[in-house]
Amino acid sequence: MFLSIFSAVESGFIYALMALGVYLSFRILDFPDLTVDGSFVTGAAVGAISIINGVPPVLATVFAALAGFLAGTITGILNTKGKINPLLSGILMMIALYSINLRIMDKPNVALIREPTIFNDVEGFWEMLGIDAFLNGLLTNTGLDRVPGTWAILIIMIIVTIVVKLITDYFLKTEVGLALRATGDNEKMIRSFSANTDTLTIVGLGISNALVALSGALVAQYGGFADVSMGIGMIVIGLASVIIGEALFGTKSIARTTLAVIGGAVVYRIVVTLALKVEFLETGDMRLITALLVIIALVAPKIIAAQKEASRKRRKRQELANR
Amino acid sequence: MVLNLKDVSITFNEGTLDEKKALQHTNLQLEQGDFVTVIGSNGAGKSTLMNVISGSLKPDIGSVIVDDKDVTMLKEFKRSQYIGRVFQDPMAGTAPTMTIEENLAMAYARNKTRTLKSGVTKKRKALFREYLETLHLGLENRLNAKVGMLSGGERQALSLLMATFTEPNILLLDEHTAALDPSRAELITNLTGEVVEKFNLTTLMVTHNMQQALDLGNRLIMMDKGQIILEVSGEEKQALTIEKLLAEFQRIRGEQMANDRAILG
Ligand SMILES: Nc1ncnc2c1ncn2[C@@H]1O[C@H](COP(=O)(O)OP(=O)(O)OP(=O)(O)O)[C@@H](O)[C@H]1O
Ligand SMILES: [Mg+2]
Repeated sequence: MFLSIFSAVESGFIYALMALGVYLSFRILDFPDLTVDGSFVTGAAVGAISIINGVPPVLATVFAALAGFLAGTITGILNTKGKINPLLSGILMMIALYSINLRIMDKPNVALIREPTIFNDVEGFWEMLGIDAFLNGLLTNTGLDRVPGTWAILIIMIIVTIVVKLITDYFLKTEVGLALRATGDNEKMIRSFSANTDTLTIVGLGISNALVALSGALVAQYGGFADVSMGIGMIVIGLASVIIGEALFGTKSIARTTLAVIGGAVVYRIVVTLALKVEFLETGDMRLITALLVIIALVAPKIIAAQKEASRKRRKRQELANR
Repeated sequence: MVLNLKDVSITFNEGTLDEKKALQHTNLQLEQGDFVTVIGSNGAGKSTLMNVISGSLKPDIGSVIVDDKDVTMLKEFKRSQYIGRVFQDPMAGTAPTMTIEENLAMAYARNKTRTLKSGVTKKRKALFREYLETLHLGLENRLNAKVGMLSGGERQALSLLMATFTEPNILLLDEHTAALDPSRAELITNLTGEVVEKFNLTTLMVTHNMQQALDLGNRLIMMDKGQIILEVSGEEKQALTIEKLLAEFQRIRGEQMANDRAILG
């Protein structure tokens, strides 16, 4: 039980990068970008094929992010220059990427077993630090008998995710970042302040899909394979993370919201892991669970708010009657 | 000359039943510091005139020249380096989910290249606070409030400030007080007079309020059916009253109708 939650948290942090990408398009640019289903796989494919061809894993991961950036910019160009509506631009790009991803991989599935990855690259260095022994020692003392093989992946991913979050927070407060946010908030207004909203949309979608592809490349290295259909439903998982995170952890400021999105991604993984432990649920039910989670996260806060409001009014009436 | 409109025409839906000649061979010259009020009935072409100047509409024929540069073909976002705008809808001029200081920072970057440096710096904050004080609405104490929380009047005052404090070559105001209640409208009207004077802005202001059109500015133009049918300036404008303006309108329209009849007959 502890181990499955541990690995849920691990992959939660890897998928959090994808969720941050979805947050950029969906919330900041107000652009429901379905490219994600394709660009996630593009990241995995480019990362895997580069590694197999001898590119160092770190560089392969950077290539993957660049490929995602490119995919996002094309969606942006379809929308701004081709005047195709946002949903359709994303769907077209997603479909196109399916074929492109197959071309990149040359077959539907590429295995990374016995290939170097970012994670086993750092593990060697990690063991010298002796942190694993220390943390697992603590766990054994609390009475756990089965401990994680390595803490390296979790801790590396926490660091990477937090760094990406901090850069995102800063970027969204720069002059360019403010204009980017305004493009999603009030396009007419920011154009009247001499911002090129077309370019901003294109670059914004590029950054968003770069994060998605980065996440895809890391997932491939974590799982040991890239598969052409591993991106199906990814946008919904991203949305689930964003919406669950926002509902649980709040949206007071940008910094708070990006933290919430990361939290949402982790919580999502834990909930899915726990749900799959239930006797009659199967792996195939995961997407149904995801859809239900999103619905709950969207509806529950409204019901809670409505109930609070109702009880506030009831109290008012009571006070009046008691006087 | 700050603005020179030469023989500008626009026809919407040409060749259909909905054909609309929104501007017909319009000429208009503004000198530095001119403050022109624009009046005219609904559909006269006032907003179209503003949109042609701002670049959100391209004319069918004619040219738009700002400070001796021909900007007719320049995209709207590029042209807005020179042009400040306040729209009729108080929601249109600001970004609601962003804070007051963030909105001001975006306006501050209008005639600069946007960089990857922080948009709201300490120095700028102090500057923004100073500018906000001139509005007398207490907004200087709410720099971190989301603009969506402000009232329509407050938002419009902020829009006005954002459009003006970077001193654009031309300021375009399209019925920017029309959506406000009378007391708020008066506040914004007064603020408009103050900022235009303070920065010596060349201004074009559309209004349906004749009194406002007479009180503000040094020039007045009246539009009808896509044409400028009356131009008054200087002392002549100061001597003008609503009655005289209406009488003048009747006279010109009457003449034109007589002409039309003569042509048709
Ligand atoms: N995009 C458009 N497509 C078609 N017709 C248009 C368009 N914009 C304006 N028109 C028409 O052009 C004419 C002039 O419109 P404009 O908006 O300039 O009038 P206005 O003087 O601003 O009127 P109001 O006082 O009602 O704001 C109107 O008859 C209008 O219906
Ligand atoms: Mg109008």
